[in-house]
Amino acid sequence: MQRREFIKITGMTALGVAAASSAVLPKDSQAAVDPGTDGDHTVATFCELCFWKCGVLAHVKDGKVTKIVGNPDHPLSRGALCPRGTGGTGLLYDPDRLKKPMIRVGERGQQKFKEVEWGEALDYVAAKLKDIAAKHGPESVAMFAHGFGGSFFKHLLNAYGSDNVGAPSYAQCRGAREVGFQLTFGTALGSPEVIDLENSRAIALIGSHLGENMHNTQVQEFAKAIERGAQLIVVDPRFSTAAGKARHWLPIKPGTDMALLLAWIHVMLNEGLYDRDYIEKYAVGLEQLKAHVADKTPEWASLETGLEASQIVDSIRVLAGARPAALLHPGRHTAWYGDDAQRARAMAIVNALLGSYGRRGGIYYPTKLGVPKYAGIPDYPHKFKPTPDKPKGKVYPFADESLAHGLRDASIPGTADYDIKAWLVYGTNLIQALPEPKKTIEAIQHLDLLVAVDVLPAEIVGYADVILPEATYLERWDDVVVTPYKEQYIAIRQAAVKPLYDSKPGWWIAKELANRLGLGAYFPWNDAAEMVKARLAAGKFDVDAVLKQGVALGARKPVFIEDGAPAVFATPSKKIELFSQQLADAGLDPLPKYTPPDEPGAGQFRLLMGRTPTHTFGRTTNNRFLSEVYSDNELWLNAQVARELGLENGTQVRVVNQDGVKSNALRLKATQRIRHDCVFMVHGYGHSAAGLNFAKGRGADDAALVTRIKVDPLFGGTGMSVNFVAIERA
Amino acid sequence: MNREKRYVMVVDTRLCVGCKACVLACKAENNTPDGFCRDWIVEDIWGLFPNLRAEIRSERCNHCSNAPCVDACPTGASHKVDGGIVLVDHDLCTGCKACIASCPYDARYVHPDGYVDKCTFCAHRVADGKTTACVAICPTKTLHFGDANDPQSEVAQLLASRRHKVLHPETGCEPNLYFLT
Repeated sequence: MQRREFIKITGMTALGVAAASSAVLPKDSQAAVDPGTDGDHTVATFCELCFWKCGVLAHVKDGKVTKIVGNPDHPLSRGALCPRGTGGTGLLYDPDRLKKPMIRVGERGQQKFKEVEWGEALDYVAAKLKDIAAKHGPESVAMFAHGFGGSFFKHLLNAYGSDNVGAPSYAQCRGAREVGFQLTFGTALGSPEVIDLENSRAIALIGSHLGENMHNTQVQEFAKAIERGAQLIVVDPRFSTAAGKARHWLPIKPGTDMALLLAWIHVMLNEGLYDRDYIEKYAVGLEQLKAHVADKTPEWASLETGLEASQIVDSIRVLAGARPAALLHPGRHTAWYGDDAQRARAMAIVNALLGSYGRRGGIYYPTKLGVPKYAGIPDYPHKFKPTPDKPKGKVYPFADESLAHGLRDASIPGTADYDIKAWLVYGTNLIQALPEPKKTIEAIQHLDLLVAVDVLPAEIVGYADVILPEATYLERWDDVVVTPYKEQYIAIRQAAVKPLYDSKPGWWIAKELANRLGLGAYFPWNDAAEMVKARLAAGKFDVDAVLKQGVALGARKPVFIEDGAPAVFATPSKKIELFSQQLADAGLDPLPKYTPPDEPGAGQFRLLMGRTPTHTFGRTTNNRFLSEVYSDNELWLNAQVARELGLENGTQVRVVNQDGVKSNALRLKATQRIRHDCVFMVHGYGHSAAGLNFAKGRGADDAALVTRIKVDPLFGGTGMSVNFVAIERA
Repeated sequence: MNREKRYVMVVDTRLCVGCKACVLACKAENNTPDGFCRDWIVEDIWGLFPNLRAEIRSERCNHCSNAPCVDACPTGASHKVDGGIVLVDHDLCTGCKACIASCPYDARYVHPDGYVDKCTFCAHRVADGKTTACVAICPTKTLHFGDANDPQSEVAQLLASRRHKVLHPETGCEPNLYFLT
């Protein structure tokens, strides 16, 4: 009664108000009010919220980007986007952006700076670089980079005389996979991974949480495969989003994947589930492999992995039943336990036995278009010194990119072949991206110069001597991007709007530094737009069409053996190397071996980390738009264990690692979706940088808890899932 | 042929990974205020470790054929337009929240400007011959929008060929948001 009366009264009031208003729409109006977010024009460019490089259309209205949608012409977005791709406006209009060049005035790490003009900042950096080159040689300057705009700075550094460029995306991320697959098939997989998920009839994931790890095209293809009825096997200690769609979820004990893989190989060989013709034709080492896994029975693996032997057998039968359109996903972030390249080897061997390399629904041979270089850029003047990214005397025989943490370590005097004296840090927050953050901070204290080129004041920027504020990807041109993929294409990044504040595009910063270093000849173009157009014209592309569409496609070429792609294996034997003579020659295991993992102590849990679809590590956690749907990380803990510890779902907790490092408080997610012996959190939270006004203090930083690593003997990668934590109420 | 349209959305829960691109695309398209979204993701988990089952749903206003919000609205602000889309006339709305109380799906919120806001099935786009912002962005092709009364439409064919459900069928409000299971 009361409510009805209330409605009646408010109703009358409302009618009174409505009658007085002159802008009342008739109630049978046929359309909703147009929110007016369509641009007066759109600009085709590509995204930088992660590193996949999806084509986007930025809607621009009155000089502002109103929204960002997928570019239907671009092969990586196909018109759709992941949530992050929609969030470019949250980056562009982030009130915490770096706005002016700054020079440090306090101690390193105190985050005290004075604003300066560009001329002063660039003069300062150039003078320092000249001084360092004279004193220590140009090779003592290292660059750390993540992001496409880094290409101009790599070019600058090469011209200056150093090739010491490291990205945490190698030794801290996908490196192990690249090494394992390269040793086996002769070629690394790259990014986007050259996998044909959409045509797979069966897919197995080991720790790859597709759907939470949200690489647009890959997730599009993953969903398409499911839609077409592909069988899905998910091996993960956590009931991930992907596990929720799987026919087989194998909740494996962390650190025992190798035992499962060896048992899978055992079953495939024992039951004849492998592609005999393919292996006979293309592979070497089958007999050694057979002998190696003879005793690696599902029963043996069951004891190691905590999985039922029948689950192990059933799952590999499902996967092998679909061969060759069957794929054991190679993974991406694979820096887990220190034997990661060997685990990747085992995964490569399973794919070889499936006959999936070079086959539809498996791993394809990528194609790419060529774009001529800008004419007239001189060759680099120096022969580069070998990169000092390993401790003195140490050899990692199969590292084929620089180790970012190794370059960091070489900044601690006397530890590597020569000392690194200066860092140029482009778009990577080394404090969170490298393990052992204390070591990173120690290394910084030894530097003569730390220059940060970035968009936001991440932790690493707070340690810089000079901060150079870059324009965001929506405000700048970058170089042409050429991606090896199953379709041939090139794409461009062009500015949608003018740079805000006093930020400058990366190309401009690099060119201005080059001019001051007497290296102007290496940047002969006026601006990046002119350079891109010249390269496109030289490549006989229709420049206007590329500017309009953001992308140009080439003719389709065969990427599968069955379609005529040559079955090439760039290994020493020119075959798939099940048995690796290369590893044997280097004194390493020629066939992957299982080592049981360390056990957590009483009351401890193995710390696992991963992704949420809305964020790219700490790069986006200050993005207020994206944070509307995910603003804080949580600690996943098995619900039964939580009950035993007397911790309720939602309680604020802290974790303390084996070395006494304690995290920020974060919310406990007591859930059935994880094993009893591990905890999980999303990477990239728990920021402490003063200028990240939104992200500061939200959630907990997993990287700070990674005080121990296990180093991969093949390539020096840092296994990081080797830390154990206890949980306490916050 | 002269026949009435019935706009529906079909959500394939088998494909949805709950990434929330739909939520953010809607926010951007419709410029919703900070802290408010017109669509959202629900993750249901059943069972005990390790025997678990999951369903992920992208949810929003159900644009019910028998819409309780339209009946509850004292001012006529909540109303139906072509194709059965339920809209709120901002100028007629007083923010009395009767519709919010009547909605079984909790699909509405009070906009800081004082009126009640919710999913419009992007009627401004649909009038232009475009699909909704959430459907357009969806990387997994979980979402489908169209006229269920047109037997040739994708949504009609999905509903004819796939097992599906609606939420809260017991309310009798005849929702038009379908979930393929």
